[in-house]
Amino acid sequence: MENLLELFAHRFFQNAVWTILLTSLLSAMIGTYIVSRKIVFISGGITHASFGGIGLAYFLGINPFLGAVVFAITTALGIEWISSKGKIREDSAIAILWSLGMALGIIFVFLTPGYTPNLMSFLFGSILSVDRFDLWILIAVVLLTALLFILLYRPIVYTAFDPEFSKTRGLPVSLIRNIMAILMALAIVLSIRVMGIILVLSLFTIPQNTALLFTNDFKRIVAGSILWSITGSLTGLLVAYFLNIPGGAAIIFVLTIQFFLVKVFLLLRSSKNR
Amino acid sequence: MDSKQPLASIKNVSVGYGGTPVLTDVNLDIYPLDFIGVIGPNGGGKTTLSKVLLGILKPYRGRVLFPSGRINIGYLPQISRIDRSFPITVKEVILSGVSSRRNWWKSLFTKTEGIAEKLLDELGLEGYEDRAIGQLSGGQLQRVLLARAIVNNPQLLILDEPNTFVDRNFEAELYKILERLNKRMSIVLISHDIGTISSIVKTIACVNGTLHYHPSNELTEEVLHIYNCPIDLITHGELPHRVLKQHS
Ligand SMILES: Nc1ncnc2c1ncn2[C@@H]1O[C@H](COP(=O)(O)OP(=O)(O)OP(=O)(O)O)[C@@H](O)[C@H]1O
Ligand SMILES: [Mg+2]
Repeated sequence: MENLLELFAHRFFQNAVWTILLTSLLSAMIGTYIVSRKIVFISGGITHASFGGIGLAYFLGINPFLGAVVFAITTALGIEWISSKGKIREDSAIAILWSLGMALGIIFVFLTPGYTPNLMSFLFGSILSVDRFDLWILIAVVLLTALLFILLYRPIVYTAFDPEFSKTRGLPVSLIRNIMAILMALAIVLSIRVMGIILVLSLFTIPQNTALLFTNDFKRIVAGSILWSITGSLTGLLVAYFLNIPGGAAIIFVLTIQFFLVKVFLLLRSSKNR
Repeated sequence: MDSKQPLASIKNVSVGYGGTPVLTDVNLDIYPLDFIGVIGPNGGGKTTLSKVLLGILKPYRGRVLFPSGRINIGYLPQISRIDRSFPITVKEVILSGVSSRRNWWKSLFTKTEGIAEKLLDELGLEGYEDRAIGQLSGGQLQRVLLARAIVNNPQLLILDEPNTFVDRNFEAELYKILERLNKRMSIVLISHDIGTISSIVKTIACVNGTLHYHPSNELTEEVLHIYNCPIDLITHGELPHRVLKQHS
């Protein structure tokens, strides 16, 4: 217990806790959209393409976050455009952008003279290195996303569910889809800080699926995802600290256990009621 | 309203996907309180026709005009296009029909209490408002889509095969509902089942690459032959098909 209190007194750990709270809020909202539309593969493409931006930023000596954002947003809007045209095979196009991004990243990092960045931290996350500046950006994006979700809740859900019908109702379907593509890109890049490129999609899918065990209502899935994501990620962070294992991996582990425990609990309960 | 002026008018329209025309030289006037049955083979272009009317698809040539000003069009898409695993409740689906073309942002926060519930009662689905659509049968979902199509009191209602998955009982009821709605709105009803619809529609359009308008609801094999509309006239009994004249 004393150990725990001591831990929370550390600035780096406070930052990590705040990061997890904010990232959970963000990924709960955006992840519900991703899971509902079944576009997990698209978000995978965005995630990996952003690595190209990280590599380029290192090569140019600028903030890697900036490079990742530019690549992620470009990819997200590009995929949205491709799927609205419907001429090219969408899934193949995503796979191309996916691997091209990774390839560019590797090339640029390789070409960068002298200091080579710690690739592992991008691939697997490095939550304990989050600083004040990262936190402020995260807060800004969380607020922006929450505001848009509250203001545009109906159009977001309606255009995700049935874009064609929404068009007949006069909703600005492509505008809303593009806004969501940008938010997806921002949320993914910011979460890479915590989970790393390889693990980040778990935050956008596992808590949502745990929430889906209880409800089929979009709003409630967002709420449920926030709950499961916050509890699971904080537990994961503590587990990581005390067992001295990587945070991202520990978080995924806890989120998955959470899902199965809830699933088993519900199965047992429903078989008892029968 | 001047009933001589059409609500919507399709003029010499050619339309398709990716440069390949599906429909060519289509002409059709839809007047107030019309009830047009649209028939035609699979892939004939029925759904494409509805998309042109709705403005979802831009014609290559020709125009779709609304002589009496922009109209509110209700739409029930072909059910196969609906993602039934999407986490959305019946109530939300119906409310998604409420926003209107001109100022959609007003519908962001409009009070919608009771609107969905009232329609559900009328369609025999009382108490279903909080169900997820994934938990509905095909016929129940079809009714929800009908509710969504009419919730905003459109002047023109376009229904793309609303009788898919619907059982005999509700099919008869559906046609009663449509006849009632037809007292205040024009209806375009797409269906394969010419036998059952021909008794409720007023006129018939045959769509197969182009459109042939038949200003009555009586069809014979010969007419269908001339229109190049290979449709099975044989129906599954019971429902009235006085209009069908079978030829040997
Ligand atoms: N999104 C699309 N992209 C490319 N071609 C399409 C698209 N939708 C339809 N088509 C083609 O256009 C033609 C007409 O399709 P449409 O859906 O209008 O037919 P339909 O009369 O509604 O058929 P059904 O009775 O099967 O519903 C078909 O040959 C189809 O392959
Ligand atoms: Mg069709």
